[in-house]
Amino acid sequence: MGTDIGTDMGTLAFDFAHFLAGGMLVMSFLLLYQDRITAVLNVYAMQSILLALAVGWQSVIQGAPHLLVTAAIALIVKGFIIPTALHRIVRRLGIHREIEQVIGAGPTMLTGLALVALSIMLVIPIGGKVSLLVREDLAFALAVILLGLLMMITRRNAVTQIVGFMSIENGLILAATGARGMPLVVEISVAFSVLIVLFVFGVFVFRIRERFDSVDVSALDRFRGGRGN
Amino acid sequence: MIYELAAQGAQMLVVLLIAPFLLGVTRKVKARLLRRIGPPVLQPYRDFWKLMHKEAVLAHNASWLYRVVPYTVFAVTWVAAALVPTYSTGLIFSWSADLIALVALLGTGRFALALAGMDTGTAFGGIGSSREMLIASLAEPAMLLVVFTVALVAGTTQLSAIAATFSDAGVGLRVSLGLALFALIAIAIAENARIPIDNPATHLELTMVHEAMVLEYSGRHLAMIEAAAALKLVLYMSLLACLFLPFGMATLDKGLLALGIGMGAYLAKVLAFAALLPIGETAVAKMRVFRYPVFLGSAFAAAALAVFLLFVSQSF
Repeated sequence: MGTDIGTDMGTLAFDFAHFLAGGMLVMSFLLLYQDRITAVLNVYAMQSILLALAVGWQSVIQGAPHLLVTAAIALIVKGFIIPTALHRIVRRLGIHREIEQVIGAGPTMLTGLALVALSIMLVIPIGGKVSLLVREDLAFALAVILLGLLMMITRRNAVTQIVGFMSIENGLILAATGARGMPLVVEISVAFSVLIVLFVFGVFVFRIRERFDSVDVSALDRFRGGRGN
Repeated sequence: MIYELAAQGAQMLVVLLIAPFLLGVTRKVKARLLRRIGPPVLQPYRDFWKLMHKEAVLAHNASWLYRVVPYTVFAVTWVAAALVPTYSTGLIFSWSADLIALVALLGTGRFALALAGMDTGTAFGGIGSSREMLIASLAEPAMLLVVFTVALVAGTTQLSAIAATFSDAGVGLRVSLGLALFALIAIAIAENARIPIDNPATHLELTMVHEAMVLEYSGRHLAMIEAAAALKLVLYMSLLACLFLPFGMATLDKGLLALGIGMGAYLAKVLAFAALLPIGETAVAKMRVFRYPVFLGSAFAAAALAVFLLFVSQSF
């Protein structure tokens, strides 16, 4: 078994960090798989809470108190405010009972697995220069980002695409904290830009809805000369 | 040597003897959950006795295969069940085959049963066999990935050694094992024809899989097949118990007291599973046949993810 776990830091510390980061990856897979919109939002909230826990645990391990601020921002903004706002949007749009046609759940899952393998293979060449924990966090974060991208590609509903975007951002934060954290100013500005993005998205979703009576983005294809309908 | 053989024999007898009892417990709990009284817990033994004394009816066009298969399936399943460490690790048979061999043994049994289902040429047998193979083709890769996961953690595919490693509690908190547990439960449900996949208590042609395959069997042949099905359930419960709840397991070099504790712990674990299974079953609805790939695909994805996660934390 991994020989440098014990020398690096306490085994429990590593195991718990592994558990939290791995849990985020599992949530990403659940996001890909889930086809009910409210369930997607709940899974996103759970992923954000796991992110907050992971960041908080990192601050304990690294002895970096400013990461606690990051954790608190993740918990409050992404764990509660954004999911609640999205829930309200979905309810206002009247699509909270809708079951989305996920394009080919089987192929999507296989692609997702391939992306996870890809991100692990990309991280392996970093080698023994950094600690196992950092490498692992990087691999997981990269996988979460790629899975978020995949979710944005495979979904047709504007709201679930937003969730895909938000989960990409979760992956970014995980990567940043694993690599000794990023400056607090950057962190706060990222958090606020995400909130602003949410408002912009929200406005857009309602405009799309007003114009086309649906938030299925394939309705937009007509205007870029795509699949002619 | 005689002591070791006796210990192995005890395990084989125990799994054989408790299999109908566990089935009875499952049915009883399920009946009580549905506010029925349900048959007595010992009913499966009586059913077995009755079937053994009834005439076995054969179709005119049944070949020799049809008569051989029930015994083959029973024998293969029993051998597989003998390989899983139940109350103690390091039993003498466990050194002759590993987890992959166990998967292969179960696959052999399923193959034989599917052939027998098609042997008489009835539509029911054919559709049952076809569906069984659909489930198998999805469940077996997932099962192998679960095997790889636990083998990567323990460093061996030897089931007895894996159980010994896990019971040492040096394994830690691992997402991979949680994913493997989820995958193994999903596979066990599918393989044992339990509710989201198949309903063991129905003869409604639209939904049945296992029962459709064995519809033509009667008498002692049916008894053998039902005994094999019950054994398979015990096998999966023992597998879950020895991989994910390896508490209280003895090793053979300890005294009789440790073995007794191990046996008690094992019986408690399988009884708990036998009570949990119907609770899970009453909570969900039967799935459409076309949903099977999604259900088992998620098990496959979970198991594959488990293997990947282990690669991240180990193989640098």
